[in-house]
Amino acid sequence: MSDSARSSGPDLLAVSSLTIHHGQLCAVDDVSFTLGVGEVLAIIGANGAGKSTLLRTIAGLHTQTSGTITFEGEEISTLRTFRRVRRGISLVPEGRRLFPSLTLEENIQVGAQQPAPGPFDMDAVYALFTWMPERRRQKVGQLSGGEQQAVAIARALVANPKVLMIDEVSLGLAPIVIERIYEFLPTIVAEGIGVLLVEQDVSQALAVATRVHCLLEGRTSLVGAPNEVTPADIESAYFGTATSPSPPSPEVAT
Amino acid sequence: MIWVNVIVSGVLLGGFYALFACGLSLMFGVMKIINLAHGDMAVVAGYTAVFLVPKFHLPEVWSFLIVVPVFALLGYVVQRTLFQKSIERDPFTTLLVTFGLSVVIENLLLEIYTANAQSINIGSLIAKSWQVNQTIYVSYLSLTVLIVSVVVLGALQLFLSRTSTGRQIRAVSDDREAAMLCGTNYRHIFGIASSLAFATVALAGIAYGMYSQLDPTAGGVNLLFAFETVVIGGIGSLWGTLVGGMLLGIAQQFGAHFNAQYQLLAGNILFLIVLAIRPQGLFGKKVAMS
Repeated sequence: MSDSARSSGPDLLAVSSLTIHHGQLCAVDDVSFTLGVGEVLAIIGANGAGKSTLLRTIAGLHTQTSGTITFEGEEISTLRTFRRVRRGISLVPEGRRLFPSLTLEENIQVGAQQPAPGPFDMDAVYALFTWMPERRRQKVGQLSGGEQQAVAIARALVANPKVLMIDEVSLGLAPIVIERIYEFLPTIVAEGIGVLLVEQDVSQALAVATRVHCLLEGRTSLVGAPNEVTPADIESAYFGTATSPSPPSPEVAT
Repeated sequence: MIWVNVIVSGVLLGGFYALFACGLSLMFGVMKIINLAHGDMAVVAGYTAVFLVPKFHLPEVWSFLIVVPVFALLGYVVQRTLFQKSIERDPFTTLLVTFGLSVVIENLLLEIYTANAQSINIGSLIAKSWQVNQTIYVSYLSLTVLIVSVVVLGALQLFLSRTSTGRQIRAVSDDREAAMLCGTNYRHIFGIASSLAFATVALAGIAYGMYSQLDPTAGGVNLLFAFETVVIGGIGSLWGTLVGGMLLGIAQQFGAHFNAQYQLLAGNILFLIVLAIRPQGLFGKKVAMS
């Protein structure tokens, strides 16, 4: 299922035949893809399709059952999460997961603990999110949902990732806020990184992605560029109707 | 005037309780470990000061110069080995492990040093005091312990709020997984937090050995006081721990004023009242994030 030929740059991340179990449940089943510099790969799929599990495994929070995860040509499956972050793989987790007892600035500083060399530091993210400096002493609980999401992204950016993974950025946010957050994506990608995006809002994913990868019950059901796939393709890949590539397996957890 | 005396002696005692309890609070706040061997660690530190430090020809008063750094190191090692392994199993395992450790320590001390009470010899300092007026005396030792306690808590607070490592400790205690995703090696941070907890409890153990008498089972009752201090003050607040210790100390002195047997009772009643009315403690936070 690898389609590295379509990459616009050299492969940063290559996932090959990845299978992940949650106990007895197979959450991700034989999934492969690559991600290159300047690419935005959107992983779409219904609830429980294994999208978050996939990202969390790449980040090192879960261990895969089989398959490999290669970053810049090196197998990283045995590295602990913080080592992967220091190499350049950052995850903006689902639900933002900010540190509630820390201020906005402190939250971002935790992300900047041991940054890789790169364009993003505190000043750079403050230039990107211009509302942040004057509120930097506030506890993050006082920020709105959209602002918290921006802080979560900034916190990941200051580590200067080469692969930025964003899990469900739009969950629980107003459409206008989502739009504003996605406005920053091209700027970030232009700095020479690859973005791996998990998004339930398919139209949003199609709007920003260079490629989409649809998961259905843990398996790849569709791969393609947004302009190559038709809404009907996506619908059947998303819900597994008509041309389901696999017989339905038991419901799996995200 | 007698009540002023009760309050003064309660506050002085509270300084010691806070010093004793802050490590317990730190370990629970950061690692979610309830260290049932906390009191025994203090006793071991006291015994080290009594039996091992004199071998270095150092006066026992200065024993903390050796014992505290050794315990800080020990805290890191124990966390990275024994406690980390048990955390990775499940929270209940850590409870069993620290309980087992407590039993082992008490019995080892009994076996090696017998049940005789020991005291850290600080010479004539033990008897010296400052006479405020006709009825109120403040012992130099108690005052020193209170000052040390305030300085230690203040330093700990500064460390947590101002340094990069302190920030990581707070981040890990808020959300371990999110901290990992920020590139934090949480095992190392746990080690540092444990190291701080061991260092402070060592200091408390030495203070206890100077004030009072150490015996192999002295850890248990002190652990109870430390728990009460933390619960009254609120978990995660160092100044809360200080206030909690002082309130506990005042309550105990208040009880003792009527009858020596009421000392513990009064402390326990205060503890139960706080637990019933404000379970998060006086300075504890109910953190709710949207």
